[in-house]
Amino acid sequence: MPQNAEKVIDHEMLFRQPEYTALFENKKANFEFGHPADKVAEIRDWTKSWDYREKNFKREALTVNPAKACQPLGAVFVANGFAKTLSFVHGSQGCVAYYRSHFSRHFKEPTSCVSSSMTEDAAVFGGLNNMVDGLANTLSLYKPEMIAVSTTCMAEVIGDDLDAFIKTAKQKGSVPAEYDVPFAHTPAFVGSHITGYDNALKGILQHFWDGKAGTAPKLERTPNETVNFIGGFDGYVVGNMKEIKRLFSMMGVEATFLCDPSDAWDTPTDGEFRMYDGGTTKEEATAAINAKATFIYQEHSAEKTAKYIAEKGQEVVALNSPIGVTGTDKFLKELSRITGKPVPEALKRERGRLVDAITDSQAHLHGKKFALYGDPDLMLGLTQFLLDLGCEPTHVLSTNGDDKWAAKVQALFDASPVGRDCHVYPKRDLWHMRSLLNTEPVDFLIGNTYGKYLERDTGTPLIRIGFPIFDRHHYHRLPIWGYQGGLHVLMQILDEYFEALDANTNIPSKTDYSFDIIR
Amino acid sequence: MSLTVEETKTRNKELIDEVLEAYPEKTAKKRAKHLAVHEEGKPDCNVKSNIKSLPGVMTIRGCAYAGSKGVVWGPIKDMVHISHGPVGCGQYSWAARRNYYIGTTGVDTFVTMQFTSDFQEKDIVFGGDKKLEKIMDEIQELFPLNKGITVQSECPIGLIGDDIEAVSKKKSKEYGGKTIVPVRCEGFRGVSQSLGHHIANDAVRDFVFDKTDPDKNKFEPSPYDVAIIGDYNIGGDAWSSRILLEEMGLRVIAQWSGDGTLAELENTPKAKLNVLHCYRSMNYISRHMEEKYGVPWVEYNFFGPSKIEASLREIASHFDDKIKENTEKVIAKYRTLTDAVIAKYKPRLEGKTVMLFVGGLRPRHVIGAYEDLGMNVVGTGYEFGHNDDYQRTTHYVKDGTLIYDDVTGFEFEQFVDKIKPDLVGSGIKEKYVFQKMGVPFRQMHSWDYSGPYHGYDGFAIFARDMDMAINSPVWDLAKDPFAA
Repeated sequence: MPQNAEKVIDHEMLFRQPEYTALFENKKANFEFGHPADKVAEIRDWTKSWDYREKNFKREALTVNPAKACQPLGAVFVANGFAKTLSFVHGSQGCVAYYRSHFSRHFKEPTSCVSSSMTEDAAVFGGLNNMVDGLANTLSLYKPEMIAVSTTCMAEVIGDDLDAFIKTAKQKGSVPAEYDVPFAHTPAFVGSHITGYDNALKGILQHFWDGKAGTAPKLERTPNETVNFIGGFDGYVVGNMKEIKRLFSMMGVEATFLCDPSDAWDTPTDGEFRMYDGGTTKEEATAAINAKATFIYQEHSAEKTAKYIAEKGQEVVALNSPIGVTGTDKFLKELSRITGKPVPEALKRERGRLVDAITDSQAHLHGKKFALYGDPDLMLGLTQFLLDLGCEPTHVLSTNGDDKWAAKVQALFDASPVGRDCHVYPKRDLWHMRSLLNTEPVDFLIGNTYGKYLERDTGTPLIRIGFPIFDRHHYHRLPIWGYQGGLHVLMQILDEYFEALDANTNIPSKTDYSFDIIR
Repeated sequence: MSLTVEETKTRNKELIDEVLEAYPEKTAKKRAKHLAVHEEGKPDCNVKSNIKSLPGVMTIRGCAYAGSKGVVWGPIKDMVHISHGPVGCGQYSWAARRNYYIGTTGVDTFVTMQFTSDFQEKDIVFGGDKKLEKIMDEIQELFPLNKGITVQSECPIGLIGDDIEAVSKKKSKEYGGKTIVPVRCEGFRGVSQSLGHHIANDAVRDFVFDKTDPDKNKFEPSPYDVAIIGDYNIGGDAWSSRILLEEMGLRVIAQWSGDGTLAELENTPKAKLNVLHCYRSMNYISRHMEEKYGVPWVEYNFFGPSKIEASLREIASHFDDKIKENTEKVIAKYRTLTDAVIAKYKPRLEGKTVMLFVGGLRPRHVIGAYEDLGMNVVGTGYEFGHNDDYQRTTHYVKDGTLIYDDVTGFEFEQFVDKIKPDLVGSGIKEKYVFQKMGVPFRQMHSWDYSGPYHGYDGFAIFARDMDMAINSPVWDLAKDPFAA
C-alpha cells in the first residue's frame, strides 16, 4: 500500500509508487490510443528546431501562452488603490471571479470587487437595471465611500453607456446624487491590463478634476510645490510603494500617490478583515491637480493619463520602471531637477552600497546571457539593469509591447557595448519565447510564474520577476525599485545563478571538484 | 459551549434575519429565499437555487465559460482547447485548477497551455470566423499530434453573431473528419458555471458521440468495464479513485475528464456502468448515455472511509459475486490505513466545527469525511447547485444546519463571524478574508495545492491537512499579545 498514516505522502511522491506507475502504464497502453513514443519524441525534437521556429514565428492568428491579461484587471487594481473604494465591474460576473482569484493568488491577500452580474436578458436589453440595482446593493452592503466602475467585454460589445447609466441610477436613488462613481470603459479586446489601469486612473482623475460628472464646477489648477507619483500596474506594489515613499521622504519632497494599493494588499492577520485599508483619498486625488509635476514610473501604464495631466498644465515625467543604479539615478535626478532639492548624503550612501554589491558579484554575472519577458516598462527597466551588470539581455519579449516600445529597447542595446547581439520581440508570446530558447539558448530566463514551463521544456533556469507570481511566496512584499529594490533584484539573479552552478557541480567523483564553498 | 438543536435553529434564524437587514428591501426579499435552516425530514434544505445572482452583492460564482473550458473540457489532455475571444478568460483560468495529467505538454498533451484567439477590436467589428479558421490551420501545423480541437466561446462570440459551428464543420471536413467541437459557453449565458457544464456535456453528445466512427480505437470489451464520470483529477483525485475500482476487479475504460483523452470519451458508451462522482457537472451526459446506449449510472462518493466503503459496495452491487468478494477484500485491506489515520487525527479534531461553501458536489460530498474525523459541519451551501443537489444534501446534513445558496461575501463573513467555526472550507477568493479574521481555512476547490483527497490514499492527506489548518501554532500568534 503506497499511503501511510505515520508519514502521509503527497501527490509529489504518491504517484511515483509502483501501484500508480502500473496504473498509468495500463491506462496508456489500453485506453488512451495515443501516439507511439517514437513519434512523440520526433515531434518533441522538431519543436526545438529552427524549422519549427520559422513556422512558429509565421503565426498570424493564434496566440499561445501570452504574457498579458485584459483591461478590467488593471481597472480593479486602480480601484483597490483608492481609499474606501469598491471596484464595480459592469458586465458578466465570471470575469470578476477571475480578477479576484488572479490577484489573490499573486498577493495571497483578499481582493474585493463586485459585478453587475449581467446575463442573457441584459445582453438583449442592456444592463441598465443591473447598474441601478447593483450600485444600490453595493452601497448598502459594503459601504464604500466611492464606487469605481469599469466594464467587461460583454458590456462593451452591446454598447452600454456608463455615463448615462450611472446618472440614471442616481436619479432612481441607487446612490445619492453627489456620491462619487467615477467610471471607465475598459474593453478587453483593446490593449491589455496596463491599458485598463490607464483608463481607470484617468477616469478617476477626470471625475474629480472635471466637475464630478456635472455635480460640481470644474477645478482650476493652482500650482503648488508638491509632486504626484503614479506607479502603474505593478505586481510588487506592496514593496515598491513603501520604498518610493521612503525615497520621497529622504528627499524631503511632499508627494501625492495616485492609486496606492500597498496597504489594501498588505493587511495584518490579527483577527479582523479589513475590506478597505489605506489608499489615495478623494481629497488627495482632488488636490493632485495643483501639483507642480507628476511622475509616472511606468509610462505604458498611463499614456492617456499622462496626456490628460499634461493638458492641465503640469509637467509630466514618464519613466520606464527604472531599476538598479542608473535607473534610480535617473529618477532621483529628475526629482531633484523638478523640486530643486538635492539628493541627500544618505541616499548617495545607499547608491554606493548597491554599487558595492554589484562590484562584489559582477565577475559571476559578466557576459551571462538572459532572456526576459513581461510588461513593456518592466522589460525596459530590467534590460537597463542587466546591461549595467555586464549581462547580455539576448531576447527581450513583450506580448503587450508594440513597435514603439521595441525601438526604445533597441536604443538601450545600441547604447551599450554588450547590446550588440541582443534582440527585441514586440507582440510575441511565450510559445515564441520557447522557440527562441530552443534555437538560441541563454543562461537564464526572467519572467513570471508561467516561465516555469519554459524552464522545464528548455532547461533554462528561471528567475521569477514579473506578474503574476503564484508559485513563490512574498516576493511582492519587497521592492524592486530604488537602490534597495536593485539589491533585491541583484540577489534574486545571484541566488538562481549560484543554485544552478551548485546543481551542475554536485555529482560525487564526477563534477564535484567545482563544488566550491567560496564563490 | 454547545447549543441544542433547537437553540441552534433559533440562533441561525436570527442570523439570517440579521444579514437580510443590511440589504435594500427588494434585494432582501430575493436573498431570503436562498438562506435557510435545514429541518430534518424536509425534502430540499428549504432554499431556492440556480437563480440569477443579484448585481453588486459580491457573488462567488463564475460563468458558463468557466464551467465548460475551466471544468469539463479543459482537462481533456490530447485536444487543443481554444479560449475564443479576448485574452483575459484564458489567462485567468490558465492551469489554475490543478487537473493533473501525464503527457508531453505542447507535443501530445496540452492541458497547461493557454491557446487564445486574443480578439482585437477589428475581430469584434468584422467577426472572428476567418481568424478562427486560420487559428485551426496554425494549430494543425504547429501541434500536429493534437487529437482534436474545441472552441470555447467567450462573451463576445454570441453577441457578434459568429458562426463557430460552420467554421468547425468546414475545418473538420478539411482535416479528414478531425474532431472539432464548437462550444457555446459564452459567459453571460445562464446564472453560473452550471450552464457551462450542461452546454459542454451537450457538445460531447453532439460532436463526439454522434460523430464517432465505430471502428475507431477498438478494444475487447469485458463485463467489468466502467467509466469514471465527473472527476477532474485535482491533485490526482481520479487516480486515487481509479486504483480502488481496479483493485475491485473492474476495468476503468475512461476518465471524465481529468487526465482524459478523446478516445476515452468516444469509448465510454461501451461501458457496462458509468460511475458518477460530480453529479452536478456530468449528470447530463450520464443520463444521455443511459437513454441512448443503455449504460446505467450510479453516483458514488470517495471522500472519507465511511462513504468510500458504502460507495464501493454500491458499485459492486451492479456486478457479479467475484467483484463483490474483491470489494470486501479491498475494504479490509485499507481498513488498517484508515484506522491508523483516524487514530492519529481524530483526537486532534474531535468536536471541531466546519462551515463550507464550495462548488459542484463538495458542499455535501465532503461532510462524511469530516464526520469520520469527529468533526461537525454546521453550515454549507452551493455556489451553483440546483434543487436536486439540495435534495441530496438532506441525506448528509444534520438538523438545524445553516444553509446558504450562492452566498454573498457579506453574508458569509457575517455568518462565520457569529458562528465562529473552527474551520472554513471554501475558495481562493474567501481564503485570505477568513485567515485575516483568525479562522483556519482550507481551499476546498484546489485542495489548497495539496491532494489528492479522493479515495483511501487521499483521505490520509485530507485528514493531515485539516489537522494542519486547525492546529497550526500561527492562530495563537494572530491574537494581540499586548492587550491589557
